[in-house]
Amino acid sequence: MRRAIPAPKVKLLFKDIEHLLRLAAVMLIAVVAFVVLRAAVVPKSFGQYGHYRGDAIAEVAARPVAHAGHEVCEGCHTDVVDQKKLGRHAGLHCEVCHGPQARHADDPASIKPPLPDTGVICARCHEANSAKPRSFPQVASADHSGGLACNTCHQPHRPKIQDQAKPATGAKR
Amino acid sequence: MQIPVQGFMYPNEVELQWSVLIVLYPFITGLVAGAFILASLERVFRVEAVKPTYRLALLTALSFLLVAPLPLQLHLGHPERSLEMYLTPHRSSAMAMFGFVYLWYLMAVLLLEIWLDYRCDIVVKSKTEKGLPRLIYKILTLGSDVLTERSLRIDERLGYFITLIGIPSAFLLHGYVGFIFGSVKANRWWSSPLMPIVFIFSAMVSGIAAVMLLYMLSSRLRRQQIDIRCLDKIAQDLMYTFIIDFSLEMLDLLQRIYEADESFRSLDFMVHTRLWTSQVIVQILLGTLTPIALLGLTQLFSFTDSVRKRIYALAGCLTVIGIFAMRWNVVIGGQLFSKSFLGYTSYKMGFATREGLLTAIILMILPFIILWILVKILPPWTDAESISASEEIPVHAAS
Amino acid sequence: MDITRRRLLALLPAAAVAWEFVRAGTPELSPNYKTSDHWWGMLIDITECIGCGSCVRACAQENDVPEGYYRTWIERYHVTDYAIERPHVESPNGGKDGFPLDQDPSGKNFFVPKLCNHCADSPCTQVCPVGATFVSPDGVVLVDKNYCLGCRYCVQACPYGCRFINPKTNTADKCTLCYHRITKGLTTACAEVCPTGARQLADLKNPKDPIHEYLRTHSVQILKPHMATGAKVFYNGMDGSVR
Repeated sequence: MRRAIPAPKVKLLFKDIEHLLRLAAVMLIAVVAFVVLRAAVVPKSFGQYGHYRGDAIAEVAARPVAHAGHEVCEGCHTDVVDQKKLGRHAGLHCEVCHGPQARHADDPASIKPPLPDTGVICARCHEANSAKPRSFPQVASADHSGGLACNTCHQPHRPKIQDQAKPATGAKR
Repeated sequence: MQIPVQGFMYPNEVELQWSVLIVLYPFITGLVAGAFILASLERVFRVEAVKPTYRLALLTALSFLLVAPLPLQLHLGHPERSLEMYLTPHRSSAMAMFGFVYLWYLMAVLLLEIWLDYRCDIVVKSKTEKGLPRLIYKILTLGSDVLTERSLRIDERLGYFITLIGIPSAFLLHGYVGFIFGSVKANRWWSSPLMPIVFIFSAMVSGIAAVMLLYMLSSRLRRQQIDIRCLDKIAQDLMYTFIIDFSLEMLDLLQRIYEADESFRSLDFMVHTRLWTSQVIVQILLGTLTPIALLGLTQLFSFTDSVRKRIYALAGCLTVIGIFAMRWNVVIGGQLFSKSFLGYTSYKMGFATREGLLTAIILMILPFIILWILVKILPPWTDAESISASEEIPVHAAS
Repeated sequence: MDITRRRLLALLPAAAVAWEFVRAGTPELSPNYKTSDHWWGMLIDITECIGCGSCVRACAQENDVPEGYYRTWIERYHVTDYAIERPHVESPNGGKDGFPLDQDPSGKNFFVPKLCNHCADSPCTQVCPVGATFVSPDGVVLVDKNYCLGCRYCVQACPYGCRFINPKTNTADKCTLCYHRITKGLTTACAEVCPTGARQLADLKNPKDPIHEYLRTHSVQILKPHMATGAKVFYNGMDGSVR
């Protein structure tokens, strides 16, 4: 467009657009290559349920659990369940204090969970804090026990002190 | 590494997700779109005065466009999966379309337009050059060396048509980048329907400024006289575009200040503290008001050519810095405040890390290297030693 | 208690079989589990939360959440008389270690547990460019970590700050509502260990789920309703200052 190039005066249209046809061919090849690549590379389960890999759902679900869940614990530790039922910790699940125990449930004989440190565990819930609901039992542990471990007086599975003195039938709930 | 936090951030918000590389991305695509729009001006609106920059603007656009996806690629957690963007694009995602808009713009617009415009040169060089260059030109001819008058006329027509498509495409490319940010409803700093328009105009501003600077620089390097008439026209365009851009940004700001919704107190505090330097000082005062004032002066008073050139150079540099600051304030600013509007985090840029300053600098130098190579392969100007620029002489005379 | 695996099996045939299945980590979902039968959500009773951090710890252990990132966390709010728009909020280490220091006891103080809201119209899945995150047919927002690019757009799009980039996988990560548990008939780890029952897994498609009665009889809210995300984590007793 800028400079005049001496060119042979060929009137054939094909000759005049040959370069464009060649370009179109290159583009067509690129598009075909893309379509082929797409068919080959996109995972088979893509679009099974929506715009995602259907297999991903099962992959997420396949993760092994770490917390066994209280039903599994209660299957064996019936004595603790009976204890717990009598006190205010009845609704507490085992792994709240004992931590994730799926590995123990899997192999109870060789994997023994450590005994939780009541000094730490109890305070997490019962250390006084103005943001806790008023009705929730809470103490300033320094004043309350003077550094003694909580299980010196309270039995964690059935924490109320009087409860433990009474026979099992005297439970409130 | 402890990131300083003021007030309350949701715990996962403390770490910034989008780094300086994502600042570069809109900055670079902005330069592309702006440079292309300047080039198109000449062709579609027949603005003869800016003709000397036409090809340079096209090559600038191409070299920046080739670099545009790199910062994105580098910041991905899994760069090897980036092809998924083409394979399974999610239609509801503003980002998914980037790949296609980019490809369309690169392949269907820019490359095609450059190829058609240069085909004549390419064919000639495929015959006159030797060795490797000859091979490169041979490949670029696609094996067809037809240069009939009619074929050239067809090329010219087609080129015009592509430029016509190219202008909305350039708007799309950058307006769309604005939409990526403007459509995030969770982020009050970004979420704005004006975002795409602000991005388009700021893109034009930065692109025009960049081509103007490159034109001045390349003329100096080639020891050629600058076509001052061309420069005047570009500077004028720059000023008008800049005024529109600034008005839009101020409109957005005014709306925010007057509406003063739940986000206002938090964002206002951020602008007055963490963004004060980059937003108020660099972007608005230095990078917007000063260049507009400088350009305005050249419209009001008549300076000598050499004074004008200096003013243009200064205004151009400030403009590019200002637009970069604008990208920074959008991308980084949008992540400094908590979505709870209760606190602020901070951005610490690494240096020699994958997303650090060094990478950013390299990515900003890269387009110039590519441009240098492109200029070598496809010279945008007629060589002075050959036919002494038949069309440049009357232009000079006219000024 | 000395109990062998064999004895466990002998004691509780049904439970043990179920347990074997749970432990197997079978790639398939539970044979009895049909995704179309469920629509999961969660109920959080703020009036019951004591900020003990059990849920945060359990979540991290159950899901191997990297240190410094949170799939769930607890915030402590401190609201003085008229400053409902400007509460003082803190969440040291996401509440993982509890809140050992008491705050200013004046004004109103309470805890708010947070997690992914498993939005039905989730902004995060909307923006994913490749379809690496999605709402599963049973209403859980999941991430396909084998497909995620790590572009972080979803992290930006979540109004609740529930997503992060897992530094181990370099992909987006978030609460799965313990999808590996709920599909096997267990509850989520956070609900399992919540000592006060402040967190309850809810199946909105199950007519027998107590959630329906609860929602009918309580004033429940969702977070940021103006975002129109279709959040499925319901809060009971939530103060207007919560955001």
